[in-house]
Amino acid sequence: MQGYYPLFTAIPLAATFIGLLLSKIGKRMADVVAFLATAILAVMSVLMLFESPFMYKVGGWLPPWGIMLAFDGLSAVLLVVINVISFLAIIFSLKYMTTYTAKPKYYGLFLLMIAGMNGVVITGDLFNLYVFLEIASIASYALVGFGCEREELEASFKYLILGGIASTAVLFGIAFLYSITGSLNMPDVAQQLELVGITRAVAFVIALFIMGFGLKASAVPFHAWLPDAHPSAPAPISAMLSGVLIKALGVYAIMRMMFHVIGRNELVASIMMFLGALSMVVAGLLAIGQDDFKRMLAYSSISQMGYVLIGLGLALNPNVATTVAALALIGAIFHLVNHAVFKSLLFLCSGSVEYRTGTRDLGKLGGLIRKMPVTGATCSIGSLAIAGIPPFNGFWSKLIIIIALIQGGYMIYGTIAVVVGFLTLVYFIKLQREALFGPLPEKLEGVREAPFAMTLPLVILAALCVALGIAYPLVDRQLLYAAQEAILDKVAFMNLLMGG
Amino acid sequence: MILYFLALVLFVMGLYCLVAKKNIIKKIIGITITEYSINLFLILLGYRSGGVAPILLKGMPRSEIALHSVDPLPQALVLTSIVIGLGVLALMVAICLRLYEKYKTFDMSEINELRG
Repeated sequence: MQGYYPLFTAIPLAATFIGLLLSKIGKRMADVVAFLATAILAVMSVLMLFESPFMYKVGGWLPPWGIMLAFDGLSAVLLVVINVISFLAIIFSLKYMTTYTAKPKYYGLFLLMIAGMNGVVITGDLFNLYVFLEIASIASYALVGFGCEREELEASFKYLILGGIASTAVLFGIAFLYSITGSLNMPDVAQQLELVGITRAVAFVIALFIMGFGLKASAVPFHAWLPDAHPSAPAPISAMLSGVLIKALGVYAIMRMMFHVIGRNELVASIMMFLGALSMVVAGLLAIGQDDFKRMLAYSSISQMGYVLIGLGLALNPNVATTVAALALIGAIFHLVNHAVFKSLLFLCSGSVEYRTGTRDLGKLGGLIRKMPVTGATCSIGSLAIAGIPPFNGFWSKLIIIIALIQGGYMIYGTIAVVVGFLTLVYFIKLQREALFGPLPEKLEGVREAPFAMTLPLVILAALCVALGIAYPLVDRQLLYAAQEAILDKVAFMNLLMGG
Repeated sequence: MILYFLALVLFVMGLYCLVAKKNIIKKIIGITITEYSINLFLILLGYRSGGVAPILLKGMPRSEIALHSVDPLPQALVLTSIVIGLGVLALMVAICLRLYEKYKTFDMSEINELRG
């Protein structure tokens, strides 16, 4: 599989253009191309799980001069998340997007976004990371405004401005790193920074990266765009944005930069933990007051990403015992995977509810579980999973993060994490009660179950929620352990430069 | 050194324009100015006063060119970053035109149906 590594960006890029061209011949061609491309990518990403870490030299140029693609446990996990979720979102789109015009253009943008996200995850070069970050971001700006209605355009513009600032900050940081080290190759930069230490210039770079990637990950002081942008997009795109994009562009990039390039650092650790706790609490409280289905889910995304950030923050602290750091990281990565699964499930549920009822207003919904049994049941499973009810996957990841926080001696943060778990339960019970149970409004008497192409991804994702919860010990050993080891082992990452 | 300050001044000007101006077009100009300040900064990183173009001619020793030429890498980066900037700019203007069609105004304070 090593030789095929660049295909993760090449396939979606090629499919973008082939799909748009072939859509001139037949109406359904764009559907077929997008389906095939994402199916191939999903299979490839699962096969990549069995690879050991390696480095791919693009065009045969030797690092640190040429562009290098790096593969390790962390990339493997993110690749699976991105490609499997996007495959399911494409299946959902086949039917859902018939309510919109210009379907081929939608698939084109969707595939470009996948290319960008895959690129961010596989690259080992700083500037390459910036380029792919921008590809994914530009596609997502356009997708948020895809409906071209008043609110969608406003949300898209807001997202564009804030995303533009984030990208500028990231590029500024990369330029600074280049001026300090004279290299753009991540392992090489990491080696040079070992010699330099944390000078004032490096501290400035850290600040720029936290601002830039924090905006992309939508941690709380930088979150203003997300509750507007994510609900405005079509449902499969909301699922991609909340489920995958904020993780690939935000959290993954923070992990790669802070653990591998800059190195573990106490100050960064405390900042990340604080941002995480703030995100959890503020967004959790705001979510309770929402009466729009998707808006509530968007706030809950910010709140759940807080758990990931707090876990990362704990692991970033070099003074914490290695076992605790490893536990926190396993929790953070597992929660990242779980959140991708249940949040995309919930957003797709909101999409199929909107498809049949035409509204997202929780006040106008009710009793849908009798009319839409599959959507209702999967939505309940998703809600229970995200609220951390035991047999489902969300319980394990939250539990691990809380245990790690308490073992690390952060009692207050641990308590906050428990309380926010309760908050999550509160607003998801509200969602359940107002949308799925209770009396059925007269207007919705004629509502039917969503079509098969829309319920199939829901069922698969709900099954994943259960499976990841029950098969947790298996996942723990295979996937998470490799990812956690890859993150904590900075030396192994720097050695990729020598080997490969 | 003064040139670096120029990049900083441009950056701050762009940021001010982005934050303080209500007109969407002016916001777009602001974000473009910040982008170009970063481009200027990148170019300055590779600049060497009195340096030659980084082209390896026949018979010229490699060490010679490394000593006297400017750094070619930031130039390549800036080219890419300008192209990306163009893409973002085109999208921003397109959305801005659509916004004008719907709201009949360029004033951001009047385009506020979402609560943030």
